Amino acid sequence: MSTSHRKPAKPAHRGTHQDAAAKHHRDLLASMLLIRRFEERCVELYSAAKIRGFVHLYIGEEAVAAGVLDALGPVDTVVSTYREHGHALARGVPTDAVMAEMYGKATGCSRGRGGSMHLFDVGRRFYGGNAIVGGGIPLAAGLALAEKMRGGPGVVCCFFGDGAFAEGEFHETANLAVLWGLPLLLACENNLYAMGTPLRVEHGQTDLAMRAASYGMPAWAVDGMDVLAVEDAAHRAVEGIRAGHGPYFLELRTYRFRAHSMYDPDRYRDKAEIERWRARDPVVLLERRMRSAGELDDASYAELDRRCTDEVDRAVAAAEAAPVEPVSDLLRYVVTAAGDLPEAR
Amino acid sequence: MKTVTTTYREALREALREALSADDRVFLLGEDVGRYGGAFGVSLGLVEEFGPERVRDTPLSESAFVGTGIGAAVAGMRPVVEIMTVNFSLLALDQILNNAATLRHMSGGQLSVPVVIRMTTGAGRQLAAQHSHSLEGWYAHIPGIRVLAPATLQDARGMLAPALADPDPVVIFEHGSLYNVSGELTAAEGPLDISSAAVRRSGDDVTLVTYGGSLPKVLSAADLLAEEDISAEVVDLRSLRPLDDVTVMASVARTHRAVVVDEGWRTGGLAAEVSARITEQAFYELDAPVGRVCSAEVPIPYARHLEEAALPQAEDIAAAAREAVGHRG
Ligand SMILES: Cc1ncc(C[n+]2csc(CCOP(=O)(O)OP(=O)(O)O)c2C)c(N)n1
Ligand SMILES: [Mg+2]
Repeated sequence: MSTSHRKPAKPAHRGTHQDAAAKHHRDLLASMLLIRRFEERCVELYSAAKIRGFVHLYIGEEAVAAGVLDALGPVDTVVSTYREHGHALARGVPTDAVMAEMYGKATGCSRGRGGSMHLFDVGRRFYGGNAIVGGGIPLAAGLALAEKMRGGPGVVCCFFGDGAFAEGEFHETANLAVLWGLPLLLACENNLYAMGTPLRVEHGQTDLAMRAASYGMPAWAVDGMDVLAVEDAAHRAVEGIRAGHGPYFLELRTYRFRAHSMYDPDRYRDKAEIERWRARDPVVLLERRMRSAGELDDASYAELDRRCTDEVDRAVAAAEAAPVEPVSDLLRYVVTAAGDLPEAR
Repeated sequence: MKTVTTTYREALREALREALSADDRVFLLGEDVGRYGGAFGVSLGLVEEFGPERVRDTPLSESAFVGTGIGAAVAGMRPVVEIMTVNFSLLALDQILNNAATLRHMSGGQLSVPVVIRMTTGAGRQLAAQHSHSLEGWYAHIPGIRVLAPATLQDARGMLAPALADPDPVVIFEHGSLYNVSGELTAAEGPLDISSAAVRRSGDDVTLVTYGGSLPKVLSAADLLAEEDISAEVVDLRSLRPLDDVTVMASVARTHRAVVVDEGWRTGGLAAEVSARITEQAFYELDAPVGRVCSAEVPIPYARHLEEAALPQAEDIAAAAREAVGHRG
């Protein structure tokens, strides 16, 4: 699953065919569990000093990546942030390549130049990994403009946070995208914090969807802990965008269970608040729902979990064994050199 | 060879027209590039000719439209972004430095950013501090982008096509004092090279190194010097990144004296870089310290006499050349 694009899935849970629905739910669960297990391993590897740099965990927010990316197909494009392990994995960037990038190895998806915050995979139309808050939003608009000018079918999905919503780049781009009718999905991951600053301290008006709508695009808020709600909203938005209705905005209400980054002592949140949100763990929510629908039992859950853990184990082993880029290649890829021509186009 | 009489502005426009005609992937975007015809009239008439899809007026949002150009380039288009002036490019610096210049490298060579970003630069029109910057040196500091400064009609006409053919981002600085310069342009000579400096006037006694809007002043200074029997060679850098050290050093090896002329501020500027390279690479050729003529370290003032005093003038350049020649090594 992690090595290819998933087909743009039909919203099977609303359909009548129970087997198809069950399978689809299993895929979503697998997608979320892989992210969870991958990042739990990252914590261990970070403590063991195997991986370094800024590492921003997505744990708690997995339903957003799994649900939104379920609505996208191979012709579509993703632009992400520094908190993008989940987006990359759900998009199908191979777990091996992501882990190797965390290790800074030559086999990493950015050949060791990017690290955790700059994962790229042009073949899967995954255009990074941007660590300037809001910096990817204009870039995504440009990718969408190119798609529109060429009459292509693709939608560009840009992830960013509630903090980024305060940046000028978001507001400038929202206006431009509406003016030009760009095929752009603005996927705002509202996890209630920008580092240590809570939403109400960041924003005079905290209803982000309403503010986005004021630019003249369809915009609404979604329960970002419920993967089925997320995928339903994402499918509707992507349908509208593909039909030529211009940009859409989704405010995905979610929560990160971990600190902002590995450097963050997480002193600004109430433990009780974290516990309240943990009670709505997106993985557990779907798991429970599947169990009560008879789609999952202990054995099948254990099997799924083991497959994710094995995949992460294999990725770690491969990354450990992988070579590093030679220092003699330090200056490669700064500008185009003969033999460095881009692979995608 | 057949020649036409034209201006720097028209030469730029002709280059844009040719690029739009030659390649469907090329489009222009920026504030007032369409209906208004460009703040300096460079794109006048192009929206009528190519339509509003390919000559796109943008809202006032430098970061968004520059970033949009970068994104479209990543997707395989060949956007030409116009930022009205370098002064406003500061609002888009994040996109240029953190996206255009880094994406190829951060992605391990997977992405290519064939965007061209044009902007007007420089002082000399009494526009005061916020509209008179010369920040070419800042951009030339950045690995991952190419920086060009067309100073002649030929370069105004001929640099765009090779810039668009470059798979990496290219920033082109057009000095505001050059747009009305008119002269004869020889008809198409084939593609220009955009990596090398050019000797604009040959001489034996001192090398004057400059670029962009300072070139006419340096040529005037060379005229003044000629009246005093000082023969100055004038090197136009043309490309500010990468710098063509070979042409500069070859000239210094002949004249043994160098003065660098740059409208940017002296401290930490491009002239400092060129001067350092000369001392690193041609130290034993030098018969005099490398001189610098730069803008005074002051926000550019409004009053004409103050502005003139703040900017390098032909007489200042000639004085620096005399001083260099005065050192008998
Ligand atoms: C332009 C910019 N300003 C500040 C930072 C430092 N910084 C990194 S992440 C972050 C918080 C962003 O919050 P949000 O957009 O809500 O995303 P989240 O981290 O919650 O996913 C800040 C301030 C940055 N990287 N870029
Ligand atoms: Mg946030």
